[in-house]
Amino acid sequence: MTTTDAPTVAPPSKGKRRIGDVAFAGLARGSGILILLILAGVAAFLIVQAWPSLSANTANFITDKAWDANVRENPAFGVGALAFGTVLAAGIALLLATPVAVGIALFIVYYAPRRLASLLGYMVDLLAAIPSVVYGLWGIGFLAPQLVPVYEGLARNLGWIPLFAGPASTSARTILTAGIVLAVMILPIITAMSRDVFHQVPQGHREAALAMGATRWEMIRLAVLPFGKSGVIGGAMLGMGRALGETMAVAMILSPSLIVSWNLLQSGNQTIAGHIALQYPEATGYGVSALIAAGLVLFAITLVVNMGARYIVARGNKES
Amino acid sequence: MAKRIDVSGLHVYYGDFLAVEDVSMTIEPRSVTAFIGSSGCGKSTFLRTLNRMHEVTPGARAEGKVLLDDMDIYAPDVDPVLVRGEVGMVFQKANPFPTMSIYDNVIAGARLNNKRMSKADADGLVEESLRGANLWEEVKDRLNKPGAGLSGGQQQRLCIARATAVKPSVLLMDEPCSALDPISTLAIEDLIHKLKEDYTIVIVTHNMQQAARVSDRTAFFNLSAPGKPGRLIEMGETNKIFTRPEKKETENYITGRFG
Repeated sequence: MTTTDAPTVAPPSKGKRRIGDVAFAGLARGSGILILLILAGVAAFLIVQAWPSLSANTANFITDKAWDANVRENPAFGVGALAFGTVLAAGIALLLATPVAVGIALFIVYYAPRRLASLLGYMVDLLAAIPSVVYGLWGIGFLAPQLVPVYEGLARNLGWIPLFAGPASTSARTILTAGIVLAVMILPIITAMSRDVFHQVPQGHREAALAMGATRWEMIRLAVLPFGKSGVIGGAMLGMGRALGETMAVAMILSPSLIVSWNLLQSGNQTIAGHIALQYPEATGYGVSALIAAGLVLFAITLVVNMGARYIVARGNKES
Repeated sequence: MAKRIDVSGLHVYYGDFLAVEDVSMTIEPRSVTAFIGSSGCGKSTFLRTLNRMHEVTPGARAEGKVLLDDMDIYAPDVDPVLVRGEVGMVFQKANPFPTMSIYDNVIAGARLNNKRMSKADADGLVEESLRGANLWEEVKDRLNKPGAGLSGGQQQRLCIARATAVKPSVLLMDEPCSALDPISTLAIEDLIHKLKEDYTIVIVTHNMQQAARVSDRTAFFNLSAPGKPGRLIEMGETNKIFTRPEKKETENYITGRFG
């Protein structure tokens, strides 16, 4: 571990500036600035477009649950229920996907024979290429019917836990189903990030554990997981970012009624993205502006989660 | 505690490549044996076969017999995990676990075998191991600080404390001083002198003065030709190897004349 940060590139000399250098530096700088402009542009668009409905809103936008925005005057709407549903669905997805992803990554890096490992890694990456509308179809057409008896069983046996209180939905088009589908969708990114960081565990740390008589699992516990923790967390947060914004699959699966409910087995919760997708075609009056305001909230939540992920990954890199 | 190592007819392979050919030697308990030889001559590879760390590298395997007292460590029913508990290892680059405190680093290996160790026993073992590694006085006030915050030499002694806390009978050291300054090197060499009262010590070193200073017996390895497997050329009392070697190759190497 060195504490001195020597510059890796010599500062440009004062001599004649070459045209290629100048052009390339300009191009690179321009691209860098462009991304900031795009981000700022999106934010500005959302704020400007949302402003009319927000200023006319008669309800509390952050906490209210009703969505009475398709009117010409005195709209009353809030993202309370939607934001809750969004975070709940993404939270479920994260909780289900992270342990599985870590397991897959550990298997690929430390257990599977090399050929199986590369095949498996390829398959996981392939999961990321499936369009979300296909996940939606799979969720509603295959997974939900399979889950109905499972949910009934959960309600019967674990109904005393508020999360699983009955009666269970007969269609299983609930936030839990959406969370499960989202979990499958974010599995690839968490697996890929975890796999990369597990590959980077210094050989010295692994051999240190093995050389004092650690089994493979003990080696993973002593050397791999502590080293990989920040990478796994970063991957999970990026996955959560994707789950928060995922629209199509969620819109297809949920049957919404804009309530705030911790009950995972009954339908009713909705996410921001799903709500926008379903409401947009029939939005009138302040409706469109209100939906854009909801989009602004989603933008903010996603931004915070992604920045959190970057921060955790960067901090982890510095430590190791 | 210390055990004798008896190697006979050992070949080491990486895949199809024969890296070390037909080594036989006896390593005495409670002594320091140094392996010297030029880079790539197989001395580190051979060292790693003595606690089956070699086979951690994909495709690597060893053929032959390695007896630890009476136990053949390559017998089919022997668990390499148990071998490594018996034959500890210290590496070229100090490798304390970066997220763990000094205390936890020392106790990590011992905890693997004895999960219900009492706090008092653990404290005692940590102190004993750190004292044994001549590190206690320097770190006793900051046992809960990260091990990575120590100097390079201190980290290496921490690794030695971690290895001895498992109570092995043999300690393998793979160029333990090559990344250290002369003062830290001297501290490790003093430590090796002390440790040999309890352990069988095998040390790989590029530094011939070091081999002469710390070891009782020295083994010289060399390649028969570039691209050919490494072989044990000569082994004997360190004094004799450095003053009256039997083989011309050995003499050329220790006097700095090659080939």
